Amino acid sequence: MSVDWSRFWVKVVDATGETVYMVLVTLALSALLGLAVGLVLYATRKGGILQNRPVFAVLNALINVIRPVPFIIAIVALSPVTRSVVGTMIGTEAAIFPMVLVATFGVARIVESNLLSVEPGVIEAARSMGASPWRIILTVLIPEALGPLILGFTFMLVALIDFSAVAGTVGGGGVGNLAMTYGYLRFDTSVMVVTVAVLIVLVQIAQLLGNLLARKVLRR
Amino acid sequence: MIELRGVSKVYPARDGKRGSQFRAVDEVSLTIREGSVFGVVGHSGAGKSTLLRLVNYLEVPTSGAVLVDGQDLGALGERRRRAVRQSIGMVFQQFNLFRSRTVLGNVAYPLKLSGLPRAEVRARAEEALRFVGLAEHARRYPEQLSGGQRQRVGIARALATSPKVLLCDEATSALDPQTTGEVLALLQRVNSELGITIVLITHEMDVVRGICDEVAVMEDGKVVESGSVYDVFSRPEHPTTVSFVRSALHDVPDGAALERLRARHGGRLVTLPVSGDSAGTHEWSRLLRRHELDFSIAHAGVGEVQSRPLGSVTLELRGPDDAIDAFLTELAAAGKAAAA
Repeated sequence: MSVDWSRFWVKVVDATGETVYMVLVTLALSALLGLAVGLVLYATRKGGILQNRPVFAVLNALINVIRPVPFIIAIVALSPVTRSVVGTMIGTEAAIFPMVLVATFGVARIVESNLLSVEPGVIEAARSMGASPWRIILTVLIPEALGPLILGFTFMLVALIDFSAVAGTVGGGGVGNLAMTYGYLRFDTSVMVVTVAVLIVLVQIAQLLGNLLARKVLRR
Repeated sequence: MIELRGVSKVYPARDGKRGSQFRAVDEVSLTIREGSVFGVVGHSGAGKSTLLRLVNYLEVPTSGAVLVDGQDLGALGERRRRAVRQSIGMVFQQFNLFRSRTVLGNVAYPLKLSGLPRAEVRARAEEALRFVGLAEHARRYPEQLSGGQRQRVGIARALATSPKVLLCDEATSALDPQTTGEVLALLQRVNSELGITIVLITHEMDVVRGICDEVAVMEDGKVVESGSVYDVFSRPEHPTTVSFVRSALHDVPDGAALERLRARHGGRLVTLPVSGDSAGTHEWSRLLRRHELDFSIAHAGVGEVQSRPLGSVTLELRGPDDAIDAFLTELAAAGKAAAA
């Protein structure tokens, strides 16, 4: 029961568009939220510039609880929350909610570890010049860690393409949904091959852009 | 200018054991005169790094008071303290330059913090770079510079806000001897031309001898000896000071070297100090002649400390034993003797 490719390609283009949309919106939201959570995590840790034990402990525990949950489980487990926030459990928007939630905590860890790799001496130099903690975060930490941060975001972007495909199989839109409904449920190998190819191309583009940007920032 | 009154810094034990807290700085009192170059010397772990960070309150003392320009930093809030820090420049062993900024961007950073208009930030950053002789490297990035150049950028950055005090944390320890000389010469200009008080910490007595007016020797968090550099060099009292002074002057042969000298020289070995003016050395040549003694030089280490000669010479004396004894007695009476 093969699909008619002369008409089916439109569905592939639409699905690709949906995937790109889901991934980009999720990346934008989770990058911002994750950056914020990661910064708080970094600044409140022991010996940090805004050391705060309770805040760090709560955030750290929250991340450690959420991150090990496989995305396919998270998306199902979160579905009641998704329904109350987004209004529905199916479609592109419904998929974005759990993706943002899970990705935010992933990004937070990436941000935290990249900020930790900034030499403490540089931060001390800024302190010695009279810079305030927030000033240090915005004008020293983020610029100094920008190269690795971009690579970290790229890593997250690639992971999100994967997430979006998973979301597609449980009611989200995009390429994953196409692969599930036509490739898997209707045993159409050609759809499977094409969707996998689309995903590979998307990942390649994401990685390439990330590498280019990081190289520009790192000047090497 | 800077006054430390009974300042201590105690760190709680890392493993939480009782009674094993660490006193990095222990009851230190020091006064640093305006316009002077003050050196703090000590082995690693002596507490000098912590001491330096107490001066600009990067480390908050456990007890005691830190006064800069008569202002008790402990009495100020964190915001006011940050304002004071802008008048205290700091230079680091590992330079600590911002990799994400150009040379000019690094020097401009503290100026931007002080909220100056953009044009003035640029003008003053360029002026600071000219002072350290790196104006032509303004557009480069730190990794494109040599170690000595990076440290000069660090100094320019610390000077950009026209501070009254410059704190140097082992500023030359990561540099080779020639570059060390260049950076020390620059620091000397900072002191003499700009009138900036310099506090530097180092484990190299040569640095102290090179540019300091006054020195404090630290061990186990305490200042064990302090005073003018010439006094400390010519009359070291504490064993740590003695070994530091020897490391810079190389004036007295140590155990193994002395054994080799004894094996090579048959006569009596006598170490004579050289200091102050030429009168002292005149004294011995006169006495040697009077007692008709011959000598050869076995070991010598004489250099300049604060533009005055200092060191000692070890002579092998040849002549009748009683003549040598008489010579040594007379020298001792003149207050100059020391037998090896």
